Order: sequence, then structure tokens, then C-alpha cells
Amino acid sequence: MKRKLLVSLVIFFSISSVSLSIEPDIFVQSTVNRASKLLGEDITKEEKIKKLKLIAKETVDIKGIGFYTLGAKRKSLNDAEKKKYAELFEEYFLKSFSSRLAEYTNPEIDVTNKDKLNDNYTIVNSVLKATNERPEINIDWRIYTKNPDNPLIRDLIIEGLSLARTQKEEFTSVLNSNDNDIEALFKVLKEFSQN
Amino acid sequence: MFKKIILILITTFTLIVNVHAGSDGEIVLKKNEPSEIKDCSETFNKASFALNQGLDKIIFKPVSSVYRVLPSPIKTGVSNSLNNLSNVVTIPNNILQGDFALAGINSGRFLINTTVGILGLVDVATYLGFNEYVKEDYGQSLASHGVGPGCYLVLPVLGPTTARDTIASLTNFIGGDAWYNVTVKNDTHYFKDIDYYASRVTAGVDFRAKNFDSIENLEKNSLDFYASVKSLYLQDRQQRILNSKKIIETQDDSDWEEIETQ
Repeated sequence: MKRKLLVSLVIFFSISSVSLSIEPDIFVQSTVNRASKLLGEDITKEEKIKKLKLIAKETVDIKGIGFYTLGAKRKSLNDAEKKKYAELFEEYFLKSFSSRLAEYTNPEIDVTNKDKLNDNYTIVNSVLKATNERPEINIDWRIYTKNPDNPLIRDLIIEGLSLARTQKEEFTSVLNSNDNDIEALFKVLKEFSQN
Repeated sequence: MFKKIILILITTFTLIVNVHAGSDGEIVLKKNEPSEIKDCSETFNKASFALNQGLDKIIFKPVSSVYRVLPSPIKTGVSNSLNNLSNVVTIPNNILQGDFALAGINSGRFLINTTVGILGLVDVATYLGFNEYVKEDYGQSLASHGVGPGCYLVLPVLGPTTARDTIASLTNFIGGDAWYNVTVKNDTHYFKDIDYYASRVTAGVDFRAKNFDSIENLEKNSLDFYASVKSLYLQDRQQRILNSKKIIETQDDSDWEEIETQ
């Protein structure tokens, strides 16, 4: 009886662990479909932005992107500064991300391929279909897969250009022009979110 | 002003250029790493950038906003013709980079598109199964032979570039661009100077129109627009030099590996 129970438990857990794990390409396609459906809805831009922020909070590793974006400076922050930065970055990111996306109406994105880099990262390739006003655009997604049950987006690479890397160099520039003072970056982030 | 530009170019070029015969991809990758490229004349560059933004607002943005709503076949035709014309610079650079097979393919593409494709308006070669066309220039050829980029520059009207690429582009005006030779340099009776300059301006408008929303979005959502444009330009340039769009081939992943939040 005991052995039977043990076997049942092992089978149950192995099945449930398989079913919980989400393939990165399926995760990207479902995220894109959710956002696309939302952008096609007949609601105000403000409502779209609010709902897009919820999708971003669920699917994007905002904290991870924030610390990547900070570059070498992250190593010299104390815990209080790290906490403050994480909060300010999340506000900045959500505003920037949602207002960028809200400009599009019903974008059609098809996932085409995936490339597993290692246990932590998979690059998912997709194509944003052409419209009359712009050509087809290749978009790659850097998916953080350390926890396979909860994959998260860490970067968008548009036509080979990394948004996270661009943001990182932008933040470095802000820090460089302010004597590497983190308070100056906090101020710029706060101003962006409040405007 | 012109003298100052020349001085900056010569100084940065001679200081930083370091020719490496037979350099491998890793050296080329490292030399063209965007974060390693110095902004030696930042004050001058930022002034040029401001001037270019002004020109964009009064000329390129309004013109491209009209151009982008033209019917697709017109825009595709214009884009195809400009691409076809650029073959006259791409082909010699395929040879300079030792890619003789590609030079042959691009020559075939140019002949077919110029004749059957009615002066390049229709990209017949692609319909016939030719590989995707990739532009090459003299800056890319120098880079492929190990010449470093030198300093980052923003030129008035022409926009972002590097010292190496600016010097290399002068080759176009001393015989390296057949289109320039038959329009501006030599009096062929078939073309005029205006044909060359019109093609350059149209290429600028075509680029601006294709990236209209992206540029607007970037400007609106950047903390530092100058730094964003610099980063995107240098990333794009690095990829063109390496002929790769794979981020894993052009980016150091170690920074990502350090971030642990889950």
C-alpha cells in the first residue's frame, strides 16, 4: 500500500512538473496574443495603458532588466539605494513600455523559431507583419528560463538591436554627465514618470 | 568649421586606427563593440545632433510623413531602385572583403534588376531566388581588415558615423562610387549632378519614413535621446560589419548572467 502510494506520488509530481513548465516560444506567442487582443479592443488609450501595465508586470522581469540597465553602477549601491532604484525603475519602465505599445493597433506577431542559449536563456524569434506604413520587422525575445514554470521577458531585440542594451547605454550617459551620482539618475527617472 | 572637422577626423583616425592584417572575427567584434567606441568630440557631436534634429523637424519629418502614406507599390519601387543603385558600391566592397562569389551574385542581381526590373523598380532577382541583398560599404571593408572605428562622430546633415567610416566614405568621391562618377564627377550627357543629390535625399526620406514610428517613439520615451541614437547606430554598424543579426554573436552575455532576481 505504502509502495503504491509512493509510486502514485512520483507519477503525479512528474506529470505536474511537466505540465507546469512553459515552453518559451509558447509563452511569447500567448503574451503577444494577449497584448494584441487588448490593443485591438475598443477602449480608451488610458485603459489600454493600464491593462498593458498589468501584462508587463506578469510577463517581464522588470527588476532584472533594471539591474542590467544600471551596468557596473549596481555593484556600488547600498540596499536602500537598490530598493529605491528598483521602485523608480519599475515606474519608469511601465510608463515607457506601455506608452510605446499603446501607439500600435492590433499588431500581428508570429513566433517563428527559438534558440536555447543555456539553462537560463532562450532567444525566441518572431516577425511583426508589415503594414502599408512600415515594412516587416524581426523581433527576438530574450527569455529568462531559470524557473521554467515562470519564464520572463528580459529583452526585446528589434532587427538585431537590443532595447535593454540601448537603455543601459542611455543610463550610463545620464550617470556620466552627472559625476556618476545615482541621485541624478533617480531625479531623471522620477521626472520621466511624473510627466 | 570645415577645417575643424577635418582636424578632428585626422587626429582621431591616426590616434586610434590600428591595422591588423588577417584579424579574426573576435578582434573585429571587440574593436567595434559599441561601449568601447569613444565620443571624443562630444560637444561638437551634440551641436551637430541638435542641428540635425532641427533639420529633421522642418524637412525630413514633414516630407516623410507624406511619403509614408503613398501607395505601397510606389514606396517599394523607390526602395528597390535605391537598393539596386547601391550595388555599384556593394560589389567593389564584396571584392575588397574577399567575397568574390557574392560579388558575382550581386553583379547578376544588378544586371537583371536594371534591365528586366526596369531600372531597379522591380526586384526581379529576389523573385528568381537570389539571396537577400546586403549592402556593403568602404567603412565595412576597412573594418573587416581590422581597422578600428576611431571616435564616434555626428556630422551635420549626414548624421552618426565613426572616424573610420567618414574617411572611408571619401572613397565614393574619388572613383569608388560609379553612380557618383556618372552623375557628378564626369559629364556623361545622360545624367546631371541633381540626379545624384536627389537619390541621396530620397534615400534619407525613405529611411525616415520606414522608421517613422520607431523614431518618434524613441524620442518621446528616451531619458537621453542622443545616447539612445548613438547606441542604436553603433549596434547596427557592428552587425553590418560582422554580417550578423544574431544578438548572441554581437553581444557579451556575461552581464546578463550576473543578474539574479528569481
